[in-house]
Amino acid sequence: MNQYEEQAEIVRQNQLAPEVFRLTLKAPEIASSARPGQFVMVRTTPGYDPLLRRPLSIHQTIGNEQLQLLYKVVGKGTQILSALAPGQKLNLIGPLGHGFDLAGKQAICLVGGGMGIAPLYFLAKEILRTTSPPKCIVLLGARTAAELGPLPRDFMDIGVTETHLATDDGSLGHHGFVAELLQQRLDPIQRWTVCTCGPQPMMKAVVGQCRKQGWECQVSLETMMACGISACLGCAIPRADLSGPYLHVCKDGPVFKAEEVAWP
Amino acid sequence: MTQPDLRITIGGLVFKNPVLTASGTFGYGEEFAPYVNLHHLGGVVVKGISLAPRRGNPPPRIVETTGGMLNAIGLENVGLERFIAEKMPYLRGIGARIIVNILGDSLEDYQALGQRLSEVEGISALEVNISCPNVKKGGVAFGTDPAMAEAITRAVCAHSALPVIVKLSPNVTDIAQIARAVEAGGAQAVSLINTLLGMAIDVKSRRPRLANIVGGLSGPAIKPIALRMVWQVAQAVNIPVIGIGGITTTEDALEFLLAGATAIEVGTANFVNPRASQEIAEGLARYLTDNKLSGISEVIGKLILP
Repeated sequence: MNQYEEQAEIVRQNQLAPEVFRLTLKAPEIASSARPGQFVMVRTTPGYDPLLRRPLSIHQTIGNEQLQLLYKVVGKGTQILSALAPGQKLNLIGPLGHGFDLAGKQAICLVGGGMGIAPLYFLAKEILRTTSPPKCIVLLGARTAAELGPLPRDFMDIGVTETHLATDDGSLGHHGFVAELLQQRLDPIQRWTVCTCGPQPMMKAVVGQCRKQGWECQVSLETMMACGISACLGCAIPRADLSGPYLHVCKDGPVFKAEEVAWP
Repeated sequence: MTQPDLRITIGGLVFKNPVLTASGTFGYGEEFAPYVNLHHLGGVVVKGISLAPRRGNPPPRIVETTGGMLNAIGLENVGLERFIAEKMPYLRGIGARIIVNILGDSLEDYQALGQRLSEVEGISALEVNISCPNVKKGGVAFGTDPAMAEAITRAVCAHSALPVIVKLSPNVTDIAQIARAVEAGGAQAVSLINTLLGMAIDVKSRRPRLANIVGGLSGPAIKPIALRMVWQVAQAVNIPVIGIGGITTTEDALEFLLAGATAIEVGTANFVNPRASQEIAEGLARYLTDNKLSGISEVIGKLILP
């Protein structure tokens, strides 16, 4: 098991939108072994309030030494994270869980909503690096243009040739849900592999579209989680048929085949 | 300089130090191998095992609270035979004592678990869970009634060659009374406390935060209660007491030892700092050295009362 506890040094903290931040950390052990879709457990404070680590997916690795986390301030833990400055330390464990499976995929579409975009950037870089010629379409959604911030540009900068956007308020791209772009933008004749991460209703809509078209779909899920290493068993989710043992997001996921899990 | 002597004895077994890991917070040991030198621990208490595999409760199963967490995992586990076949081979090689936590729905379940596990190589002791508050049938009744607690203890002891530790529930009026009952039933030690029954509500949705509605509270928030109960029980029984409840630092462990605990279990802290158990074992050694004490026996029960 290539898992490490690292006292990562903060290299940069960039604010991308009113509550959205991108943290660059020096964590060589984790960065050099992380795969797209994996996550880290972040200890936001050396004290005990908040008590538990926060699971955050890896936004990208830079070289063999650095990794980035993309997060939105939603509570006490992320509030503390957003106040950290370069030079300060942050305790991480990782890389954890199973990432996306790219083996033998020809045409790949990434569908991200809100902070769910975080792991897809890492994935896009990997697709561009490993597939030739790369066929990768990126669909990004958020509530507003401001929330997307520089993210669409980032995908274009690394060489993604086709990026389509959707916002709930219509301030950028398609006025509506990102899942609707699947129908509009993907050639139904192709055998697509769709990789998605975002709010549950968004992913459910994406999974529904894929099922209709017969496309493969991989989903990255998020749950409450105390340990991230399969000890607490807190991150249980039901299987598709609602029977048998529960799946655990930290160990069996966080990336699952859409048909493995239940979509209530 | 000589190494301080951290060894303790429970049920005739010598442990290299008094630091164990609490059931349900340390998986089956292997999960923590990337972070902890398992052979530096006194022992590992594995996730509670039942005769048949258990699915556990529906999610959400955990919620964070101030200085603690609530869980309603529902005793999910792989079951006795898969535990023996799949988990014991690894555990035998870790170089720490293995204590198997067992749980059941009936007296017969406990007997069968005790009997079967006695035949398995590499197990040092049993910890009998009579206190988990999460499963509607089973646990609760055994742990809160002195006669039932004694009966379960007697049944396991009669069917097992292994030392029996009984893990006590704090959700009772008089924990010392239950401790005396299991001592009378033949327990070689008691461990306490299990989680405290608690609840959390999402005020936006007006729904309980746990699917099970209620769950067990653990973490630093419960430490003062646990410490008080350990102190009371240590005075009530003549068998070793293992202290559990919010132990996160070396100082926490020392408090429990001073209150009369022979050993301690590190629980929720493993989630926050996966190295907590090893760091506490190292911290205890340093404490003895710094205070020029020759052994941990000079700490255990040495509380000075006003």
